[in-house]
Amino acid sequence: MESREALLANIKTRQKWDFVFAVAGLLSLMFALVTLLALIVDLAMTGVPRINYEFFVNFPSRFAERAGILSAWVGSFCIMLTTAFCAIPLGVAAGVYLEEYSKKNWVSQIIELNIINLAGIPSITYGLMALGLFVYKLKLGQSILTAGLTLGLLVLPIIIVTTREAIRSIPNTIREASYAMGASKWQTIRYHILPYSSGGILTGVIISLSRAIGETAPLITIGALTFIAFLPTAPFDAHIPFVNFKWLMDPFTVMPIQMFNWLSRPQTEFHVNAAATGIVLLVMTLIMNGGAIWLRLRFRKKMKW
Amino acid sequence: MRRLKERLIETVLFLAAASSVFVTLGIVGILVTESIPFFEHVSIKDFLTDTEWTPLFENAHYGILPLLSGTFLTTMIALLVAIPLGTVAAAFLSEYVRPGIKEILKPILELLAAVPTVVYGYFALLFVTPLLQKVIPSLGGFNVLSAGIVMGVMIIPYVSSLSEDAMRSVPSHLREASFAVGASRIQTAFRVVIPAAFSGITSAYILGISRALGETMVVAIAAGMQPNLTLNPLEPSATITAFIVQVSLGDLPHGSIGYQSIYVAGLSLLCLTLCFNIIGLWLRKKFQEKE
Repeated sequence: MESREALLANIKTRQKWDFVFAVAGLLSLMFALVTLLALIVDLAMTGVPRINYEFFVNFPSRFAERAGILSAWVGSFCIMLTTAFCAIPLGVAAGVYLEEYSKKNWVSQIIELNIINLAGIPSITYGLMALGLFVYKLKLGQSILTAGLTLGLLVLPIIIVTTREAIRSIPNTIREASYAMGASKWQTIRYHILPYSSGGILTGVIISLSRAIGETAPLITIGALTFIAFLPTAPFDAHIPFVNFKWLMDPFTVMPIQMFNWLSRPQTEFHVNAAATGIVLLVMTLIMNGGAIWLRLRFRKKMKW
Repeated sequence: MRRLKERLIETVLFLAAASSVFVTLGIVGILVTESIPFFEHVSIKDFLTDTEWTPLFENAHYGILPLLSGTFLTTMIALLVAIPLGTVAAAFLSEYVRPGIKEILKPILELLAAVPTVVYGYFALLFVTPLLQKVIPSLGGFNVLSAGIVMGVMIIPYVSSLSEDAMRSVPSHLREASFAVGASRIQTAFRVVIPAAFSGITSAYILGISRALGETMVVAIAAGMQPNLTLNPLEPSATITAFIVQVSLGDLPHGSIGYQSIYVAGLSLLCLTLCFNIIGLWLRKKFQEKE
């Protein structure tokens, strides 16, 4: 009889500890989520009243209430474009090679190890590399092109890894069916592998761009200016060929740097501007990440092999 | 013709894959070559033992120790926040929460990692520091504590997401065996699932450490950018990364000693993260062999 009571007591203690741990787990999660909420609410309460039409079409100014983020968001937009242009083709091509072509040998092992390693390298060292290589050795200047290339290299591992995951989830039967119809390897990739993995790749691209848009440190390192009261050269010409790429070589600022600049001033009026810029940045990254999550769920539902 | 085209495409794709290796070589190469001239001015002994880091002052000192102590301190505080909370959250998500709810909770948690770091800097400086000042009235406007705590929250998702992935991939028959001999959920989690997922959890920690070491904007904004050889989290301090930002904000001529000093700082940071990555790889190998 005694042993039965001992057993019951034992079970009770263990159930108690189980419960304690569940509460601890819930609290850990809540702590993280409440912090996120506090951050958003705090930023919104300070920043949202400052956001109006003028804020988007004004240049930065000595007067806090007249300052705007025109040059910053145009700069961010141009750099995103350059980043996407250099990182997407390179990243997808590398992902395709590593999943579909590479054989298990030391070359592919080095490449794989290297990609894992690259993801752990601090972003500021990319900026130092870009300053030494792009700005001074290749003489690209402290330009939009340099910034775009830097961020492109920074997000490359993200695109490679998500491309590989997307391709890996395609079953071999698809490849075999394609080969059975007489398609070559490249035709199989071009008409089957890439279209079927496009959802996953797109998710990776969105995630990587949302990472790039908030990146500050490497751009400060390559020498982004913090006060820019002009826009990059317009990309349109009145004469043939109607477009030019002079804007690639223009100096720039971006939203996170503008925010950092306002934040490091002592006057609180500028802190309000920083909060407003922060809310614009935050909304953009949250929309991009939300879109990526939605895409992922949608494709997971649709693709049933 | 078709074969030639196939070969050509394969070569192009291979070059794309190999380009990632060139990125690494580029980073290491540039950091090393730009750092070498620095050591013609400063002896390695001074660099490692001098207790002051003031490369831009008249009376310049080049001791890396103050920057290392700042980096070490912020990283430790961040890890003290992120590792317990992240691991417990991961175990909770993996062992207690139903998959349907987990599918919603995990992406929301990962949003924490998506918030731009400069926004975290704002949060640390203008929300967390005033909050902490209510508890510790002597706390200054710039301090390591709030920067470290905010960094910790920022890296929770890195720790929890990867740990949860590792715990989920533990085969369910191990759990069932544990339940069958009468273990409770918490016993199963701590004595079966976590040890079995240890190599994955280790990589999650290592990634968290790398993030914390390399994090820049939060410390640059909230910790005050003053190199300070201290282990007191209530004081302002500078990390390696914050120093690089501080110097880059000014106008530095190419080839000056200030310019070289940011490369030396960057190289030290790279070595530090590389050490942790290698330890991580080694730990993972060791535990995988055991299984």
